[in-house]
Amino acid sequence: MKTFLVLGAGTGGTMMANKLAKRLDPQEWKIILVDKDETHYYQPGFLFIPFGFYKPEDVVKTKKAFVPSNAEFILSDIELIEPDANKVTLTSAKRVIQYDQLLVATGTDIRPGEIEGLAGAGWHQNIFDFYTYAGSVALSKFLSTFRGGRVVINVAEMPIKCPVAPLEFSFLADYYFQQRGIRNKVELIYTTPLSGAFTKPKASEMLGGLLEKKGIHIEPDFAISDVDAGKNVIYSYDGREISYDLLVSIPTNMGADVIGRSGMGDDLNFVPTNKYTLQSQKWPNVWVIGDASNVPASKAGAVAHFESDTLIENIERSIHGQALQETFDGHVNCYIETGFGKGLLIDFNYETEPLPGTYPLPVVGPFSLLKESTVNHWGKLAFKWIYWNILVKGLPMPVPSRMSMVGKRA
Amino acid sequence: MSKLLDSVKFDADGYLDDPNQWTEELAKEIAAREGITLSDRHWVVINYARNEWKTKGEAPTLRNITKNTDVDTKELYGLFPGGPGKLAAKVAGLHKPTGCI
Repeated sequence: MKTFLVLGAGTGGTMMANKLAKRLDPQEWKIILVDKDETHYYQPGFLFIPFGFYKPEDVVKTKKAFVPSNAEFILSDIELIEPDANKVTLTSAKRVIQYDQLLVATGTDIRPGEIEGLAGAGWHQNIFDFYTYAGSVALSKFLSTFRGGRVVINVAEMPIKCPVAPLEFSFLADYYFQQRGIRNKVELIYTTPLSGAFTKPKASEMLGGLLEKKGIHIEPDFAISDVDAGKNVIYSYDGREISYDLLVSIPTNMGADVIGRSGMGDDLNFVPTNKYTLQSQKWPNVWVIGDASNVPASKAGAVAHFESDTLIENIERSIHGQALQETFDGHVNCYIETGFGKGLLIDFNYETEPLPGTYPLPVVGPFSLLKESTVNHWGKLAFKWIYWNILVKGLPMPVPSRMSMVGKRA
Repeated sequence: MSKLLDSVKFDADGYLDDPNQWTEELAKEIAAREGITLSDRHWVVINYARNEWKTKGEAPTLRNITKNTDVDTKELYGLFPGGPGKLAAKVAGLHKPTGCI
């Protein structure tokens, strides 16, 4: 009996465990899925919790509910991965697992400790993240009694998970404060280490324009050096300082510590991965999905989904001694909430930046690209159902994995 | 514009087209064009960036530079004001860093 070990039962790991359970011969392969947490969070929902648009219970299910029946689920942290010896040691009872194939799906997490003063006295007092369940729930409590002042949204360092989420947060904050009738008492400032609103030129221009239209001031090229939680001020390396009443922080994102400990990661604990085949650059029987890899695509669930199609094919090919296919094209597809019941959609890959047009079909869409519409907002809301019922179960999605130029205007 | 700068091609953002054409003399002129006079400390960063490019094929991130040299982030911003990652890559004759998506 051979062992296929999946480390991490988040979006990518769960989806792949389900696909592997269908594709691998159960007489030949045993699938083991390991995670330190029992709860599966619908992470896109963290964005809506601070404003009360989603309730905390809307985004929580148990991980076990999504584990295929012929796979073993182990609740444990991971102590060490030794890819040269095909061996993983778990924290729980120091259990050692010898594997034949390994999928790393250990994701990424925020590291407020990387910025001086950020994780100190102000943390979850008037400094909040919304990238964790605890952070978004705590922020919703704070906002419900907030009467006005300066709200600073700070992106500490790139890359981050779901790079459009900080922009969406800003748009929704504008909407939320208008609904509460206190927008005139709130100043919104968006600070980013990028030179504009986003990384890609056309989208950056469009999203930057939206910030301006909504009266949200953007402070570009702002590389945060430290936070003075006593004075409520953030400082940049080039000497700028900005005071805040509420600091909404997107701290440095890093891969799991065990990746660093095991010598498998780059400076941010992301695993060097072939960006077209999704095989580890160093070990042929190690595969990487989603946020855990260093591929230059957005860290997001939709990307993990597109990656899973390449991965399942290449894993099968590798097991049967066939050459790998270089099919992953860096496809990213994401809805961007812009407030007032509207949303944007962007669709791009390694080579093509987000362009205007319609998706997935020309003219009829129904979704419009790089343009605000109500239908896009419905798409975002529908995604929660799709996530729980199709995506993490590894079922086929009604859109192609590779990006298409159909409907796009270059 | 100097003859040396004229003799090589740059992309629209001012990054050297072919990193193999880079020389130390060229670095000095690119730096001068950006308003920087190169010191020994600049060279620590530039040499490190060149080595990283040779082994990994791309410009190092800020975090990579500060982790593996004795130059810290504050000093890096002093040496290459504004955007040290981009500016250091430019002077080192490398392509625009692709780190952020």
